[in-house]
Amino acid sequence: MIPRPRPERFRLRRTMMFMNAQKPGLIKDAYIYGCDSIMLDLEDAVAENQKDAARFSLYHALKTIDYGDTEVIVRINGLDTPHWQEDIRVCVAGGADGIRIAKCESAQDVKTVEAAVEAAEEEFGVEKGRTLLMAALESPKGILNAYEICAASDRMFGVAISGGDFRKCMQTTPQPDGVDMLFARGQMLLAARAAGIQCFDTVFTNLDDQAGFEAEVLQNKAMGFDGKSLINPKQIRFVHQVFAPTEKEIIQAEKILRAYKEQSAAGVGVFTVDGKMIDIAFIPGAERTLRLARACGMYEGDLV
Amino acid sequence: MEILKPAMAGTLESSDAQVTVEPGTDGIQLTLSSSVMNQYGRQIKATVLETLERLGVNNAQVTVVDKGALDCTLKARVECAVFRSCGQSAANIPWGGAVR
Repeated sequence: MIPRPRPERFRLRRTMMFMNAQKPGLIKDAYIYGCDSIMLDLEDAVAENQKDAARFSLYHALKTIDYGDTEVIVRINGLDTPHWQEDIRVCVAGGADGIRIAKCESAQDVKTVEAAVEAAEEEFGVEKGRTLLMAALESPKGILNAYEICAASDRMFGVAISGGDFRKCMQTTPQPDGVDMLFARGQMLLAARAAGIQCFDTVFTNLDDQAGFEAEVLQNKAMGFDGKSLINPKQIRFVHQVFAPTEKEIIQAEKILRAYKEQSAAGVGVFTVDGKMIDIAFIPGAERTLRLARACGMYEGDLV
Repeated sequence: MEILKPAMAGTLESSDAQVTVEPGTDGIQLTLSSSVMNQYGRQIKATVLETLERLGVNNAQVTVVDKGALDCTLKARVECAVFRSCGQSAANIPWGGAVR
């Protein structure tokens, strides 16, 4: 039995890779790829008549395999299926770090899942509040209700858009410039930031179109996403590269934090660093840059 | 648990095992074939029998076709086949109890 440490609500999640929970060959060594999180899938990847088998496999994988620092999230079946309640029981009993709510459309959906998670935590003697939640927005209604969904529970750590289903609803297809989901991504990012949770982009499914993938990742970073869902390990490296801070950003963040410590000790609230005005509003961003740099192996100092 | 009807779980893909259970009257009759029989045959047999015992299965014909499954996969496939044969695989599984 591998006891997993208590999940952190806010941690680095640049890459979240989907894995079919029904395939033993995939889930047994998913941690070797170095993605920040893996997403064991009980939903679309698992055929309707194998949902039961996938849960048995998932339970033993969670209990037996040492995933190390890789976060383990499980995507459960939608609330309109007969599967989601047993999915939640197995996730909680197995000690998954978090649950991804598929096809989330309202705060009530989050609360429904939260109630079932809480009941399962009680049933299996798991610490109350341990199991985190994230929501996948897959429909126009989900996007319109993004803020109430993001703010629905203290267990919520993030929200993601699911491109396949969403584009279908909108009668569009992936476009090179991302215009097909520009508004939806923007609205979801606003909602996530307003609620203080993380925000993840959808998968890029055409594995042969590396240029298209790279353009999308660059746009994700520019829009302010925390990370991206992936379907193949070969996509991990580029995302980590793009989401890593530059050396210049790291030096700047260090300078800001050092100056802030000195100046605030001396009773000064606003000051300049390299000719730029800095006040307390810049501090969280600088700290975030250094935490990211540390995770990428680019910073070893003690400022964060 | 009593094996009521034939049931199967798992696939013949690499790292998986296909487990079939059928009603029996004379204890556990295990037929095992494995791509790693020489190295792990005994270990696989022990895992399958232990899992059946934990589930309280005393009489059954069990066929395991192993393709290099880890212990955790073997257990999962045996349990799923047994619960399926009793028509109880869809809900209220005793996670952490008989299934562990």
